[in-house]
Amino acid sequence: MATIAPPKPLTMADLKGKVDPDWCPGCGDFGVLAAVQKALVELQVPPHEVVTISGIGCSSNFPGYINTYGMHTLHGRSLAVATGVKLANHALTVLVTGGDGDGFGIGGNHFVHTMRRNVDLLYIVMDNQIYGLTTGQTSPTSRLGMKTKSAPFGNVEAPINPISMALAAGATFVARGFSGEQKHLTDLIKQGIEHKGFSFLDVFSPCVTYNLDNTYQWFRPRVKKLEDDAAYDANDWMAAMGKSLLWGDEIPIGKFFERNDVPTLHASEPVVNEGPLVHRDVRVPPAAAKAFIEELM
Amino acid sequence: MRETFSIAIGGAAGQGVATPGDIFAKIFSRRGLHLNAYNAYQSIIRGGHTFLTIRTGPDKVTNMGDRIDLLIPLNQDTMDRHLNLLTAGAACIYNADAIKAGVPASGVQLCPLPVSKLADITRNKVAQNTLALGAALSMMGIGFQSLESVLAEQFKKKGEAVVAENVGVAHAGYDYGSANFKPFARPLPMTEHKYAVLAGNTAMAMGGAAAGVKFYCAYPMSPSTGVLHWMASHGRKAGIMVRQVEDEIGVVNMAIGAAHAGVRAMCATSGGGFALMSEGLGMSAMMETPVVVINCQRAGPSTGVPTKTEQGDLWQMLGAAFGDYPRVIAAPLDIGDCFTLIPEIFNIADRFQCPGLVLCDLLLSEGRLSVDPKELDFNPRIDRGELITSANGNGSSNGGADTIYKRYKITESGVSPRAIPGVPGHTHTAATDEHDEDGVLISDEFTNPIKRRAMMEKRMRKMEGITAAAPPPTLQGPTKADVTLIGWGSTQGVIEEACELLREQGVSANHLQIRWLVPLHGEAILDLLQNARHTIIVENNYSGQFARYLRSETSFVPDGNIRKYDGEPFMPHHIVEAVKAQLSGKTNLSVPMHEIMV
Repeated sequence: MATIAPPKPLTMADLKGKVDPDWCPGCGDFGVLAAVQKALVELQVPPHEVVTISGIGCSSNFPGYINTYGMHTLHGRSLAVATGVKLANHALTVLVTGGDGDGFGIGGNHFVHTMRRNVDLLYIVMDNQIYGLTTGQTSPTSRLGMKTKSAPFGNVEAPINPISMALAAGATFVARGFSGEQKHLTDLIKQGIEHKGFSFLDVFSPCVTYNLDNTYQWFRPRVKKLEDDAAYDANDWMAAMGKSLLWGDEIPIGKFFERNDVPTLHASEPVVNEGPLVHRDVRVPPAAAKAFIEELM
Repeated sequence: MRETFSIAIGGAAGQGVATPGDIFAKIFSRRGLHLNAYNAYQSIIRGGHTFLTIRTGPDKVTNMGDRIDLLIPLNQDTMDRHLNLLTAGAACIYNADAIKAGVPASGVQLCPLPVSKLADITRNKVAQNTLALGAALSMMGIGFQSLESVLAEQFKKKGEAVVAENVGVAHAGYDYGSANFKPFARPLPMTEHKYAVLAGNTAMAMGGAAAGVKFYCAYPMSPSTGVLHWMASHGRKAGIMVRQVEDEIGVVNMAIGAAHAGVRAMCATSGGGFALMSEGLGMSAMMETPVVVINCQRAGPSTGVPTKTEQGDLWQMLGAAFGDYPRVIAAPLDIGDCFTLIPEIFNIADRFQCPGLVLCDLLLSEGRLSVDPKELDFNPRIDRGELITSANGNGSSNGGADTIYKRYKITESGVSPRAIPGVPGHTHTAATDEHDEDGVLISDEFTNPIKRRAMMEKRMRKMEGITAAAPPPTLQGPTKADVTLIGWGSTQGVIEEACELLREQGVSANHLQIRWLVPLHGEAILDLLQNARHTIIVENNYSGQFARYLRSETSFVPDGNIRKYDGEPFMPHHIVEAVKAQLSGKTNLSVPMHEIMV
């Protein structure tokens, strides 16, 4: 499909969705939405060439708040849907947005497998370490001991570590952002969009209503940008794994890891060599059809 | 009575039952004969008992039939289990070195092969199979040349020496058979036709390719895996992206993602996988993104009997996903129809932007049938419906860059023109939450009963169009009959033959076979049945799932039921005997006993 260049440069106003977010005032997700819009403006990606795909949850309302093509799918299934979208039309820029429960809980299986396949998309998890839309239950990233409506005497299950998981599962771009660090976050999103392969971006996006442990105030003194450490090499997987284990007084944010030597899933399949499947002739080539029947005779 | 000839080959899994089966199938189909093959097997890779039945004849053969003319037991177990199935005129060819014959019925010819005398069994481990092939063909009156050419193709890759050795062994069997065994009473005929032989899974995969499927994904699950195998090995030539996914939840969601991006997408599974897909079907309906899902039923519940057939998933299919939503459900009637149905259901799913569900079963999926290659039409009608693929809206009355595009515009048909991602000026969000015409959620802060009702009615209005698009069933056979048999899906062939047998035995019978389950066309069915003298529903399940469905939709209650749920398909005589018993008033529920112990 011919790309029609926008007559004017893309602005933040062009990316405004049909409705305003209904997130709680102060929700970390506002910062993520603004950073995604800024990144698209800075990269000048036309809105109709972007598909924003989410699951279910507070943060998964995201596609409705941005003017791109959007899919607000089922709880936990955004990555599977996004894989289908990308493989059918790899010319599209695919953004996947959702929460920690959606991605690491109910969607955990797809999370692992989409990473190992190196599907070319950016997956942004607005990680608030709590279930918000269901009014405050323990999530897969809730800390040990955290009191929630589903664990009123304290969480006894250890949280998962999304960064280590992504590294172990073979993600080719692994980063962590903080909703309170807009410029840094915007830059990570831009890198994630431009990376050819699966980009995972875990974002601390505080829930101001149900998580009174992991607040902006709690994160601010702890987050340390990996970019500020001149010695840190984001091509070093072992170093990234080491950094991913840090949690406490110092919590690294920034790009943990990137490698660019792994082909993306669609690039590994010769069937898309002639361009996106969606633009292909709907009919099987006659010679192929004839051969399919002859092998049965 | 149809002129047919049946061969049964039995042995342990791994003993090479499939290869002689394939060779017989090739020889028969190239001779212009129809054939039907059904393999009874277990969920085991080595060992157990595999029993392949190949029935052939000059007219269409639609089921395994009632009679075995030739038994080839590859082990003692098969001899012991099945010799008693043979009746006068039949023969049993076996390896006399390894297998002891039982006592056959009178008129059954025992054909012992002195295998070690006829072939070097240290060199050729399947010599007994090849010798039996040769002997069998000589007894059927088929020239050796046809076997020689098939063997040459079969072993071509292994080199000329292997071809020569196998041809030599086959020839020894052929000559020994000619010299020592009595030929069958009627040599197998020959016709001018040429047939393709294929399994239902292959047919559905090819039907998908013909329908323009560009994305196929699956998780392996018997008996649906054959669709994945065909797609995986032919996808690159057909221009189809084929993916094996981590689970069936991922499968249906990935397929819907591809479909949403604008291609035709399909997936296949069995009952267990289909259960995992059901939430996704609701998404397809709510987002109005068409997808075709095939369920190849096996005997349930739960893991059940993975290698056995059943029609036990009808209510799962009818009840799949929560909420009311439009969809179309069809059950192919035979293996040729497995091909034909796929483009048809894609056209309906595309036009009405809803899930299209195919209810197949192991009997068709893994059975094999001769099909006239003309029926495998790679240029079927393709109707993508109201799809907007470029900024001018593709001639659609709605959309276009200068108007505000409403993805879920309320229309009389319930169908709203669908823009695919990438088209300028048509950005919108497709949501599984209830939404308004423009795609904005009404489930959160804006919920509004009037809007919700309008959207429900918009979607459900599509059922009217779907009903018009899927033809009602017709009565097969005479208008007036002593008994009317009603079936659905894969039982078409066996019921049709049972009706013929009944007529030959003085009972006039006609037949109503349901292909479109949703829409059911209840009124048309009632019209067809209103003058029926005695109605019997025949189905391959315990509870009479179709009988309950028909009753729920039409209040129609049949005079009787014939059901089978032992994992094996109906044989014609099961139905004939049950009909006679019911017409004489002995019972109104028959559960035929399967006499072949497999």
